[in-house]
Amino acid sequence: MKQIALLYRHCIVLLCTVLCIITANAQTDHDAIMLNKNQWCNGFNYEHAQWKNYWEGTLKRDNENIGTFTSHAVMYMSAYGITNNLNILAGLPYIWNHTSAGTLHKMHGLQDASVALKWKPWSVTCGKSKLSLFAVAGISTPTSNYTADFLPLAIGFHSTNVTGRAMVDYQAGKFFTTASAAYIMRSNTTIDRNAYYTDHLIYSNKVDMPNAASYMLSAGLRSKYLIAEAMISNLTTLGGFDIHRNDMPFPSNRMNMTNIGAHVKYTLPFYTHIELTADGGYTIKGRNVGQATNFGFGAYYIFNFKKKTSEPATHS
Amino acid sequence: MKKYYWLLLTAMMLVTIIVISCSKIEGRTDDLPALNAQDNDLNAGNWKTVLLSHPDTFLVAAPATTTSGTYVGELNEVKALQQNLTAAQKAIVKYWSAGAVLRWNEIMRELVAKHNLPPYQQEDGTYPIPNATNPFNYPQFPFSNPPYAARAYAYVSAAQYDALVSAWHYKMLYNRLSPYQADSFINANKLVPASNLPSYPSEDAVVAGVTAEMMKMLFPTEIAFIEQKAAEAEEARLLAGANVRSDLVAGEALGRAVAQVFIARGKTDNAGKAGGTQADWDKMAADCVARGEKAWISLESPKRPPMLPMFGNVKPFLFDSAACVALRPGPPPSTGSEQMKQETEEIYQLVNHPTREHIRIVQFWADGVATYTPAGHWDAIAAEDFIKKNWSEVRWARNMALLNMSLMDAAIVCWNTKNYYYNPRPSQMNPAIKTLTGLPNFPSYISGHSTFSGAAAEILGHIVPERAADYAAMAQEASLSRMYGGIHFRSDCQVGLEVGKKIGDYAIARATTDGAE
Repeated sequence: MKQIALLYRHCIVLLCTVLCIITANAQTDHDAIMLNKNQWCNGFNYEHAQWKNYWEGTLKRDNENIGTFTSHAVMYMSAYGITNNLNILAGLPYIWNHTSAGTLHKMHGLQDASVALKWKPWSVTCGKSKLSLFAVAGISTPTSNYTADFLPLAIGFHSTNVTGRAMVDYQAGKFFTTASAAYIMRSNTTIDRNAYYTDHLIYSNKVDMPNAASYMLSAGLRSKYLIAEAMISNLTTLGGFDIHRNDMPFPSNRMNMTNIGAHVKYTLPFYTHIELTADGGYTIKGRNVGQATNFGFGAYYIFNFKKKTSEPATHS
Repeated sequence: MKKYYWLLLTAMMLVTIIVISCSKIEGRTDDLPALNAQDNDLNAGNWKTVLLSHPDTFLVAAPATTTSGTYVGELNEVKALQQNLTAAQKAIVKYWSAGAVLRWNEIMRELVAKHNLPPYQQEDGTYPIPNATNPFNYPQFPFSNPPYAARAYAYVSAAQYDALVSAWHYKMLYNRLSPYQADSFINANKLVPASNLPSYPSEDAVVAGVTAEMMKMLFPTEIAFIEQKAAEAEEARLLAGANVRSDLVAGEALGRAVAQVFIARGKTDNAGKAGGTQADWDKMAADCVARGEKAWISLESPKRPPMLPMFGNVKPFLFDSAACVALRPGPPPSTGSEQMKQETEEIYQLVNHPTREHIRIVQFWADGVATYTPAGHWDAIAAEDFIKKNWSEVRWARNMALLNMSLMDAAIVCWNTKNYYYNPRPSQMNPAIKTLTGLPNFPSYISGHSTFSGAAAEILGHIVPERAADYAAMAQEASLSRMYGGIHFRSDCQVGLEVGKKIGDYAIARATTDGAE
């Protein structure tokens, strides 16, 4: 089975966890599953994240004027098998953010659309073991004129991001492990103010968004109808500044986080066009981000467009 | 098939290059030409000062003649420096030659933004108070909130102005040549436009000295930073061939002396008592309730005392305390009235489904925590227009002083009004009103932004008449931004603008009689 249910799981986790978000493209795709040629997968994912504590720089604190921060996201996702070794993926989330205390206004809106190409250039099988290499390139860009300068309630950073990811996957029987590393380049973002203070005062409405690195390691069971895995991921912002003492967060803060999580995907055995997913996670360590607990679920439908000259699948 | 993978990959690479190539942020005033005054205001030594009784209150000794050996030695120092200027030194000259008053005002704005953070609460839910005698202890002194900042800008600007009037007096008295006029080598290597303004004492050193000294009172944790900037500002003048060392020494000493007059006033202007006590806060609330009104309460958690509630007793620059009370407007709509009910409903409707344009306006004018405050915003607006005027330093200082004294006095009258009526915010009248910016922790009536903006637009419209309509429109937008943000009623904003305008008129009255027009 080559399906994509894991597709954007991680990005939603990040969306809702970073105080409050790292944009959708931060993690395009980091699962080692490919759609076959002419398969088209479509679906929606819902993700819910909450935090009460956050890190102001490295200082962990709560804030009685925020209470509990909650983010909901519904994300449309789509993926298509151009060939068995090249998939194109796309996603677009709608996000709602609010706080339980204080007077700050909730925010919601369409966030950033993302498109990625996932390529499996090489794999080798030896008995029941298989080693595969992947390369993923993606871009995301805002689809609405939301404000980036109202964190933690702003729904995104409103920057255009380009991500490159390298990934290796090893499967032995029903067990697998996947590791990947990504580099995320972020464009400047524009805010509504024309001057702002970082570690100095800048007379501009443009904000230099530091680039970021993302790492991911997962392991678990991968069988015909069920995938179950545990994972650890890290996002490290390569620059930026810490939230000042008792200040509000800012888009170019140095937002780092390490998350642990689990994910399950189930394909209906009696109707394999449908996949259902569930996931959960927790931020174990962070900097300038919320300590979030998140969960989500998704449902996907896979179409098979058989062509007359359909190529047989070259891999399993 | 393969063809379009490559097309896709190429497109992605192009996008990548675009993304990477635009990450350097240039500020609007990072790259300015040197100030080249069209008129040196040679009579400015006669302009009306703010606090100094005479322009020669502080003596500046006669300089060595330009034919003396001492002076030749000073010229040689400049020449030696000019032999091999580094790129860093040239950058310092370029930065400071845009204008001393401008650059010091920018440094002030940066320090205000840096220190404009409300203290975090203590374990018992009370809030620590910054302490000027122990400024490095958390919370550092100062918390440069809007009234604090308005006062700081005013003191620095007014002190710079008086010091420069005094400097101009001595410049004309001693009429010393600039080093580039005295020496052809220096003239060939000078890095600033030539001027016929006498160079002793140096106006740049005067501004550096007076500002550095004022900042000891206003931003005591930044003394080392400020002194380093002051040394840099003076070095720039040597490197540029614009001053010799004795010009700088005399200028800096004059600046520091003039500052003492302002510091003495600052210590007795009631600002030190602006925080008030629990008894003061309780009395304000009780007086409000006794009038049959609902009293303001802090909507922060834990409840925070109102921001500098006794700031309304600070001694103004442009009028006396009696005038301050006279400027206080009549009461807001009664909290039980139909009008207040309607005004509350108006704000609820505005913030319930905000438009993107309203959010933009709210954010643009918010000037909340970690910003240079509304007074700093108006200084930035003014400075960017003043840059185009090529004024002398003394006229720059005079106009910034007029603006900043207006802003400080606006803060005084506004805070006096706020804490006299102690009126609730919209979110207190209706907790369903959520705000698009931080809710300021002090009473509502009258709007600070509106009072500041009304005053600033009025005096700026006098100083730069061709922009008067633009300033008025900006003030109107700044005022409305507080309604769009859900933090003020319409009455707060309208009356705030009117009161601000009256304060600006006091500054205009001063401007028309200070000898500079």
